[in-house]
Amino acid sequence: MAESDKASRPQLRVAVVGHVDHGKSTLIGRLLFETGNLPEGKLKELETTSRRRGVPLEWSFALDSFQAERDQAVTIDTTQIPLRTPRRDIIIIDAPGHKEFLKNMISGAAQADAAVLVVDAGEGVSEQSRRHAYLLQLLGIHKVVVAINKMDIAGYREDRFRAVSRELAAYLEKIGIAPYAVVPISAREGENLVKPSAKMAWHDGPTLLAALDGLMPAQPAVALPLRLPVQDVYRFDTRRIVAGRIESGRLKIGDALIFSPGNQAARVKTIETWPPGPGPSEAEAGQSIGITLDQPIFVERGDLASHEAAPPILTHVFRARLFWLGRGKLTQSATYRLKLATRNAPVTVQSVDRIIDTENLTGAKADAVATNEIAEITLRSPSLLALDEYRANPALGRFVLIDGADTVAAGIVSMEGFPDERRALADSQRNLFTAEHLLGSEARSRRNGHRGAVVWFTGLSGAGKSTLAMEVEKRLFLRGYQVYVLDGDNVRRGLNADLGFSPDDRLENIRRIGEAAALFADSGMIVITAFISPYIADRERARQAAKGAFHEIYIKADVATCETRDPKGLYKRARAGDLPNFTGVSAPYEEPTAPELVVDTMRHPVEDCVHAILDYIEHAIVLKTAGAAAGKTQ
Amino acid sequence: MAAQCATGHGFAGRDTPIPFDNNVLASSRVRTTSPKTATVQMLSHLDELEARTIYILREAQARVEPLCMLWSIGKDSNALLWMARKAFFGRVPFPVVQLDTAMELPEVYAFRDRIVPEWGLDLHVEICPPIESTDPDLPPAARAAARKTEGLKNLIAQRGYRGIILGIRRDEQATRAKERVFSPRDLNGSWDFRDQPAELWDQYKTELQPGAHLRIHPLLHWREIDIWRYTKRENIPIVPLYLARNGKRYRSLGEKNITFPIESNASTIDEIIAELETTTAPERAGRSMDHESEDAFERLRTAGYM
Repeated sequence: MAESDKASRPQLRVAVVGHVDHGKSTLIGRLLFETGNLPEGKLKELETTSRRRGVPLEWSFALDSFQAERDQAVTIDTTQIPLRTPRRDIIIIDAPGHKEFLKNMISGAAQADAAVLVVDAGEGVSEQSRRHAYLLQLLGIHKVVVAINKMDIAGYREDRFRAVSRELAAYLEKIGIAPYAVVPISAREGENLVKPSAKMAWHDGPTLLAALDGLMPAQPAVALPLRLPVQDVYRFDTRRIVAGRIESGRLKIGDALIFSPGNQAARVKTIETWPPGPGPSEAEAGQSIGITLDQPIFVERGDLASHEAAPPILTHVFRARLFWLGRGKLTQSATYRLKLATRNAPVTVQSVDRIIDTENLTGAKADAVATNEIAEITLRSPSLLALDEYRANPALGRFVLIDGADTVAAGIVSMEGFPDERRALADSQRNLFTAEHLLGSEARSRRNGHRGAVVWFTGLSGAGKSTLAMEVEKRLFLRGYQVYVLDGDNVRRGLNADLGFSPDDRLENIRRIGEAAALFADSGMIVITAFISPYIADRERARQAAKGAFHEIYIKADVATCETRDPKGLYKRARAGDLPNFTGVSAPYEEPTAPELVVDTMRHPVEDCVHAILDYIEHAIVLKTAGAAAGKTQ
Repeated sequence: MAAQCATGHGFAGRDTPIPFDNNVLASSRVRTTSPKTATVQMLSHLDELEARTIYILREAQARVEPLCMLWSIGKDSNALLWMARKAFFGRVPFPVVQLDTAMELPEVYAFRDRIVPEWGLDLHVEICPPIESTDPDLPPAARAAARKTEGLKNLIAQRGYRGIILGIRRDEQATRAKERVFSPRDLNGSWDFRDQPAELWDQYKTELQPGAHLRIHPLLHWREIDIWRYTKRENIPIVPLYLARNGKRYRSLGEKNITFPIESNASTIDEIIAELETTTAPERAGRSMDHESEDAFERLRTAGYM
């Protein structure tokens, strides 16, 4: 592909959300100006328009393009503006903050990879700040930068910034969002947007732009099991082409596919392309493709193709957490049309289970759901549906409801409390599923929403293994992964209490950790080990034990650096001769020759390292495991 | 960073949690090593844009009937037609409509007459009514442009289209940036921008009230420079007026009475791309109708303009 580097730079889509009047549009307008992205003549136009309306220079007029928006100084509908930074292209999505326009806010935010949550330093965290944060989480947007705005009005005071940050942090943690950065800014005055603010020298974090530049766009879910929702079937000539976009996974010519819910089976004969010519032999998530099949099976729009080994769930009933946009109320027994991927089917509300109060995150029993409320309900379909749980595969676990001609709800799927009906179907058809299969790795993966894995940290004492392991564990846990850290503290006290520090005991120590970690992984857990593990041979043995689920991450820092950190004073003692066989001082450390990931803690701060590891685990871990079953992104 | 770590910030020990409001990120930092498994062939930016457009075109074809596509014969709708051919494996399965005011530049008509047989298009030329039929309150250039709105209304009334595919982009103009991909229009073709439907993920609104129609916008997410990079990569033919001759070129093509060339020496697509990488001049600077009054274009669009 002969494209310039610039064309293939990662493009990040960022939604700017928050309470009305907390300054979202002003922030974007000023950011465009500061980065040289305001078109020629636009500043003049803003000055003229502002003067005509008798207001000080109003940056938000750069975005609020409707007359009504400028007249009322309120954003009505979402908009998207490209912004070029020296590092990348960013698409800024302005989302209205007024409660009345929540459907426009979620329409904008649903397109984003990441979000900036804007909070007024003076007013603090408001109802709408919390609701927007909750909706981000519901929409699957976990990469969040918080901008504490209007610091000019708050006198650029650090204590005010800390107070608002703390209040928001407590809320975000409860809903599973760990912000990437929290930045004190003044959008109107341009403070801390692009250049570090001299007025807030106490802030030792990034500017807003630097924080945005540190975020990575969402990647297509290549690592998850194949899901190809059938969009259409074309018979323009003698070919019968099944068309659709691969939502997750990959397929290649010759693959055996099944089409749910009917379970018709066929192999991929060709991948069709235009202009004519030699086509590809495989395709992956994100691509809109057309395939022909080796069997003349009946397939139609709404069917869902997958590999036989990792099919979607089949069910008549599921639990949904949804955001209700309808003008009337959602009530029990009401019938709507469900759109999930390309499937369009009637569903009935079996029960309204609870209304979620986004203020304090409590649930209340109710019979109906009112406009702009978030609720958990149970939906039943007369026909069999093929879907995934949202946490396992977002694209096949989210849906909208249609009432008449209107989109009235956006929701995500949970199967909590309901079985996958595929098994019953398979039993009656073929009776192929044995008891062993019922507790196979696929079942465990489905319940967990991800596969098991051994993430093996290696590196010198003081390189940062435990710090990173604990932080990564916490973040993964908050995102819904089953995860556990094995480190010296919990292993040496029990499992390996009989072992000392002789080379033989060290070998046995690592051997047992490798075996124990492999068992954890086999049970479906992600286990992170944080041991120096200085010998290549020991780590190779651990890799063998984990049977393909092993991921070596080199936490890199040289002896000199680690010695300056020396958190436990061990280097000092080793230099004094108190600790024999101390790695890096009196015993060798063998660097990994081909680790899956290198994290250099000399050159990068903790937060960057944590993100690199999280990105690796979330994007790559399932891919490396053969015959992937249900996994998880985001 | 070694210094920062040594001061006990972050790496001092696992008991020190990373403070939420005291993020240790600093500006202009390069990212940590990316996963090795990134060797999986990644889709390029243009591939992603193209895949999305094809998805939208196929949604339109599967869900909306009868359907047509407006072809202005400019760079955007040429690229869109090209992608329609990709989406449907060489055959454009819906009619292609030119709203003709007889005011296009001669090169545009020549290009049309060459491409139609070459690409096997089912072309319908809709002759737009005269300027007298437009809203007399509009400024003059906007009035000239509004002839196309009237032509489109006639087309829909006569042929009963429920879906009109058109190649507008968000970065062209601020009110276009507020559009939905599937955007409903009432019986008169008016756009109720105060109450646009929710559009979530790739679930587009295809349900309609009787008498209404949908404007379908498969290129909304493209930028001007993307279109040129794609045109170059795919070798898509263009009207030569986009390339500079004697220091001038058309950046946006419209009718000859209300569109003007810009100063430019970009005489190849590569030079156009280079020009766009640095320019801050808006794309539609040469379109008179955009600049007659603060809300001229908004008024055109709410009344049904493209």
